[in-house]
Amino acid sequence: MSNEATLYGHSEVVTTHDVHHDEHHGHHHKETFITKYVFSQDHKMIAKQFLLTGIIWAIIGGLFSVLFRLQLGYPDQTFPILEELLGKWAAGGKIQPEFYYALVTMHGTVLVFFVLTAGLSGTFANFLIPLQIGARDMASPFMNMLSYWFFFLASIIMVSSLFVQTGPASGGWTSYPPLSALGDASEGSKAGMDLWLVAMAMFVVSTLLGGLNYVSTILNMRTKGMSMTRLPLTIWALFFTAVLGILSFPVLFSGFILLLFDRHAGTSFYLSDIFLASTQKALPNEGGSAILYQHLFWFLGHPEVYIILLPAMGMASEILSTNSRKPIFGYMAMIASLFAITVLAFLVWAHHMFVTGLNPFLGSFFVLLTLLIAVPSAIKVFNWLTTIWRGNLRFTPGMLFALGFVSLFISGGLTGIFLGNSTLDIHLHDTYFVVAHFHIVMGVASFFGMFAGIYHWFPKMYGRYLNNTLAFIHFWITLVGAYLIFWPMHYEGLAGMPRRYLDFSGWASFNQFGGLNRFISIVTMIVFAVQLLFVFNFFYSMFKGRRVTSQNPWGSNTLEWTTQINPGHGNWEGEIPEVHRWAYDYGKDGRDFISQTEPVGADESKH
Amino acid sequence: MSRDIVMDQRKRIHPTKFTLWVAIGSIIMMFAGLTSAYIVKRSQPNWSTFEMPVIFWYSTGVILSSSLTIQMSLRAFKQRERVKYRTFITVTALLGMAFVIMQWIGFSQIWQSGVTFAGAGGGQFLYIIAGLHAFHVIGGIIALIIMFFNAFSTRFRNYNAVPVEVMSTYWHFVDALWIYLLVFFMLLQ
Repeated sequence: MSNEATLYGHSEVVTTHDVHHDEHHGHHHKETFITKYVFSQDHKMIAKQFLLTGIIWAIIGGLFSVLFRLQLGYPDQTFPILEELLGKWAAGGKIQPEFYYALVTMHGTVLVFFVLTAGLSGTFANFLIPLQIGARDMASPFMNMLSYWFFFLASIIMVSSLFVQTGPASGGWTSYPPLSALGDASEGSKAGMDLWLVAMAMFVVSTLLGGLNYVSTILNMRTKGMSMTRLPLTIWALFFTAVLGILSFPVLFSGFILLLFDRHAGTSFYLSDIFLASTQKALPNEGGSAILYQHLFWFLGHPEVYIILLPAMGMASEILSTNSRKPIFGYMAMIASLFAITVLAFLVWAHHMFVTGLNPFLGSFFVLLTLLIAVPSAIKVFNWLTTIWRGNLRFTPGMLFALGFVSLFISGGLTGIFLGNSTLDIHLHDTYFVVAHFHIVMGVASFFGMFAGIYHWFPKMYGRYLNNTLAFIHFWITLVGAYLIFWPMHYEGLAGMPRRYLDFSGWASFNQFGGLNRFISIVTMIVFAVQLLFVFNFFYSMFKGRRVTSQNPWGSNTLEWTTQINPGHGNWEGEIPEVHRWAYDYGKDGRDFISQTEPVGADESKH
Repeated sequence: MSRDIVMDQRKRIHPTKFTLWVAIGSIIMMFAGLTSAYIVKRSQPNWSTFEMPVIFWYSTGVILSSSLTIQMSLRAFKQRERVKYRTFITVTALLGMAFVIMQWIGFSQIWQSGVTFAGAGGGQFLYIIAGLHAFHVIGGIIALIIMFFNAFSTRFRNYNAVPVEVMSTYWHFVDALWIYLLVFFMLLQ
């Protein structure tokens, strides 16, 4: 035995042990219900846990929007049933102002963080990374499990904040001090705010544990032949998403720590010269800066929108190419533009702060950098359109949602050019124009990416298909509904209608929009009902859906379709396949598709 | 079990080590956020300063020497000198604890000089930034204690150097982080 072998004998023993037992990979551990479904370390099960938790959160967060749209659409009517359900928060059948703020705050928090961060990248990073790069599991399956359970803990704390007597946090999803720092400032700044901060801290831990794993898995665990430039674009997108999260969430965390000290230890990092109307007292705090919090918050907050959007971009790229039966157009340009977006994401945060008193000279740099994001975004849109251009399109539900994503990304992206200008922002900030912009480009577009992913990979997750008829109803009503909800908001916003107001009926400038608001509210309810239809389809198909009978139902090139229909822990029976080509050989040399595992033939043309 | 699954992957740098490097990047971002908040606040009116206690120099010496001892414990581990390894890892953990205690004494000296949580000056930032750093050291001490017990276990012998390497990298990192913070506080008083 060589010295080397003696020294490192331990790990070698493990390796040989594993080679011997390779053929049993799927089922060589005894699995109980607890280890298989609850404290699972299998990335596929963890992905499903993220997805199910995300779905529950999406229903809660969506329901909040229905409640406050009810108020906005029918400000002069009462709904006695609301009082029955919500008690004092809807006294007399009307949503109370405090509760209205709590609803918009929690709607934002839940959908941005719990659904579109954890639910979206938690699900698909976990599910797709090992399967598409050819790994048996994540670099650290244990950390991966912890990531989910920290998310679960964050969820429990956030849900419990809904039930405290003074109500959940209600200072907006951004939780700006001094409102969020002073318990006496509002009901929602009392216990609800503390629970919010603790839940978000747990959430940050979860995201970091997950993100570390995603990055180190992608960089270290790729199968033989899977060079970085052979990775599917989904993986590239999830990689940059994880990098964004790792670098930006800790900064948010520091902001929260300072906020917690301001709340409970008497420091004044964010507080200065405050007279509280509710207690008729001048506060002793001096020397703090509320804008400091905004810098720390938006240093995460802006990358956060790309954390939400990039996975959707990656999945749309993959699904559009697969269902157009054409290679993705401009693969390297797609990676470069993802990279450019990732870098720029860290350099534009102050465009959320143009009207906070930011130095206008400094603001002009942020305008420039913000508008620069239009370049990689335009490259991506161009490449998606050229990918489907003259393709042999198959309108599967996944494909429809991917197309919807591109449509929404274009319409929402264009209004970003308006908002990125600091001069226009003087008029547009805090209006419904902003609401419309970010809901379309980040909210609904990312939801479409997520739906595309769910419809496309559901057969891999559960071995069954989702029902197509329900899927088509879901798609068309959601797409049309999304435009009907948010398109009119641009118009209201240009007229100057401010966001976060409870009731416009007594406001002469804006009560002309009463009918429009009612229309938006009605569409919101219809769209919400259709999402419940999707949830029904999801759970019904999980148990009763049409079974998948072939390994590769979409005729796709990527590695996840070379596993069994219901892969066990370890993903591949026997050896992990070797990769010989990129993921996008569709329609090459007259062949419909060529899997990544197929060696390059001698007479094959170059792509 | 899932370890076996991971181990048969083709790998370059060990995934655990790599994960640690990425995690270090993440921790750096947290302190970068706090120290840049410090810089922003410093340029604003009503900034207050504090007297740097002398004990911070001693604690710096302590954490620097603990870096040395963990490096020696790693070398001893690789040369399979178990007794030496155990000694050095014990010394490192003790030095780590001494560091945390000295930081605590330093904080109370600043506190007694009249710099409490009231306000938003250098002292308040120091409590939070150096306090968070001390928490990272405590995390390292806990890991060291676990390794300490593993090293004394007779039932189980492990010749895999990766955990020790990861530990020493982390320990050097918290050491370097403290040096950075100390220089930062010295220069930007």
